[in-house]
Amino acid sequence: MNPANSNASPKGDREAILGRIAEALREEAPRHHEAPDKPAPLSVTAPFREWLPPVGKTRKDQIALFAQQSEALRTEFRECPSEAGAAKHIAALAAELGWKTIALHAGELTDAIAERLPKTLAVLRVDSGYTKGALESCDAGLTECESLIAQTGSVCVTALSSGGRALSVLPPHHIVIAQKSQLVNDLSGAYELLAQKYEGGYPSFISFITGPSRTGDIERILVLGAHGPKKLTVLLIP
Amino acid sequence: MISTQEPQDQFQEDADRTTADEPRRAAVRKALGNYKIARGKTENAFTSWPHARDAAAAIKYEGVNHLDRYLREFEEKFTARGGKVYWASSAAQAREYILRLARERDVKSIVKSKAMTSEEIHLNDALEKDGYHVIESDLGEFIQQLKHEPPYHFVFPCMHLKRDEISALFERELGTAKTDSPEELTMIARRFLRQHYINADMGISGGNFIVAETGMISITENEGNARLTTALPKIHVALVGIEKIVPKLADLALLLPMLATAGTGQQLTCYNSMYGGPRQPGEIDGPEEFHVVLLDNHRTRLLADAEQRDALHCIRCGACLNVCPIFKNIGGHAYGTTYQGPIGSVITPHFRGLQDWKHLSGASSLCGACTEACPVKIDIHHHLLQNRRNAVAEKKVWWERLIWFGFRHLMKRPWAYKMAIRLAPLGQMLHPLVLGTAADPVQPWTKTRDFPEAATQSFHDWWQERKAAGK
Repeated sequence: MNPANSNASPKGDREAILGRIAEALREEAPRHHEAPDKPAPLSVTAPFREWLPPVGKTRKDQIALFAQQSEALRTEFRECPSEAGAAKHIAALAAELGWKTIALHAGELTDAIAERLPKTLAVLRVDSGYTKGALESCDAGLTECESLIAQTGSVCVTALSSGGRALSVLPPHHIVIAQKSQLVNDLSGAYELLAQKYEGGYPSFISFITGPSRTGDIERILVLGAHGPKKLTVLLIP
Repeated sequence: MISTQEPQDQFQEDADRTTADEPRRAAVRKALGNYKIARGKTENAFTSWPHARDAAAAIKYEGVNHLDRYLREFEEKFTARGGKVYWASSAAQAREYILRLARERDVKSIVKSKAMTSEEIHLNDALEKDGYHVIESDLGEFIQQLKHEPPYHFVFPCMHLKRDEISALFERELGTAKTDSPEELTMIARRFLRQHYINADMGISGGNFIVAETGMISITENEGNARLTTALPKIHVALVGIEKIVPKLADLALLLPMLATAGTGQQLTCYNSMYGGPRQPGEIDGPEEFHVVLLDNHRTRLLADAEQRDALHCIRCGACLNVCPIFKNIGGHAYGTTYQGPIGSVITPHFRGLQDWKHLSGASSLCGACTEACPVKIDIHHHLLQNRRNAVAEKKVWWERLIWFGFRHLMKRPWAYKMAIRLAPLGQMLHPLVLGTAADPVQPWTKTRDFPEAATQSFHDWWQERKAAGK
């Protein structure tokens, strides 16, 4: 095959590949699973939901499980009485760890915290653009989130809810501020919320963050902070 | 590093060498022992793992068996959000597209997150030949790149290396101080790579799932290197096999936990990210361009084999390698393939030729541990048998036919069979004459083991004798 010719079309070998697929699929493949003939509707009432690890029914159960998962993942999870309480905890972290700059994005919760932070802590706002180097040298990044997932102890962030793609991964400490109403049982619940909120106009970036960045590449020994944040703090307010 | 040796000879030679490497085998065994414990714990937390497997297999079945429909849907949705889709029939086409893009955009520096597809098409070699500086950002891949060695395992690329070897490698290649702390070694890589993310103008990734419904690529990782690779450079290219399709976004609510459980024993890996296009209006950052290269490279050949089509359900968790007695003993490099272990032995003959790669299907005890471990219910060990059958049907081996011819005649004639049994001890008496030489007909066995001694009395004779004695 001459690559010069094959690149004549900006879409490449689209028709040839689709043709080969259609041809290949003429014979039916055996099924090794016990599924019904038609695929079950995989939406809100995903049929697999009940096979995953159980989550309690009440908000209290959700919070207890999220806390338990956080501990196992080495996420710092803390319930705070209010935005002011959350700001106080961040100020304490800043003092303890000697932070100079914190990066954050505009938002109802983040703004409420920003105005309560000590004046000695410089703030980098990413909303109207930032330089990569400046964000990289920040000590922490503060973001809101879409939801908290009890079953796995995960935080769902998106480009629209959490200050873009880099804020939650480039600084060495990621702080999430969330409200209790944002807790969901499982990933299905998180996808459900996203579908309701964005209805087809999804952000270009959605991520489930489950604990601080980690690797086990060297002798399968766990090390935190491989490339992303070494620490993850989740602050939950009523 | 392309060897001119026949794949089968290379396999035999490497497997002989690696099985004799006791310390290496012990290290691999230890790592995989830890995996087994972690996975067992996570799997047991499921209300029903078998049902979850069924559901996961059903999702992949739906996607793979309507591949054309779902790929079209993906293309439509993804393109509507400003993404570009390129369909590559072959490795050469995929390479050429990415190279051309790099040239046209005047790219200077490229950062890569883990992508087995890029190993498959030898992308780094092609980019480097054209003068581009490419850096692997996944810790394991980074180490393998410094070592100029392909990944040992497609999920744990450097699981065969010990910390002192990695420390020595960093000392030599990066000029860092000696250390025996995995944490310090990880931090060396972190510091080294940080500036590369910031300077790179192109980020290349793979993809774990293609979501048709919403036009997204989903990437699973632990380190955050893929997130940085897809957040900072102005161009993002994802090189993804066409079989990675899933119909709906919410399907991932099952597949992401299944992948983590089977892959590493985690409930969920640290970052599971879905990318639906380049930076959208109203967003703060993200790449200006997002190209998805859909790679066929003989996948449609496997698709056409209905019997083995489910091998395309594979989500590359690596579980079948982790439980395989062959993998544990010969290690990842002996296979000589991009995809190692049982699943690699199934698919490689389809991708690179049955006659050249059929020997991999023989490197199996058919214990079925791989099939059992597979989260999407691929019938792996039966596919190995089918490969053996297909290879013989396609091309008969003269000496195998001769042996079967002889065996058939012997078994059909009791007198000849009895005679052969009587002669066996005699044959064994002559065995020492050739033992240890190339003339020994059972040399592959006697190289490492004693040959079992033939009984002086056959079962048949013993039975007759017993009957005669009236017992």
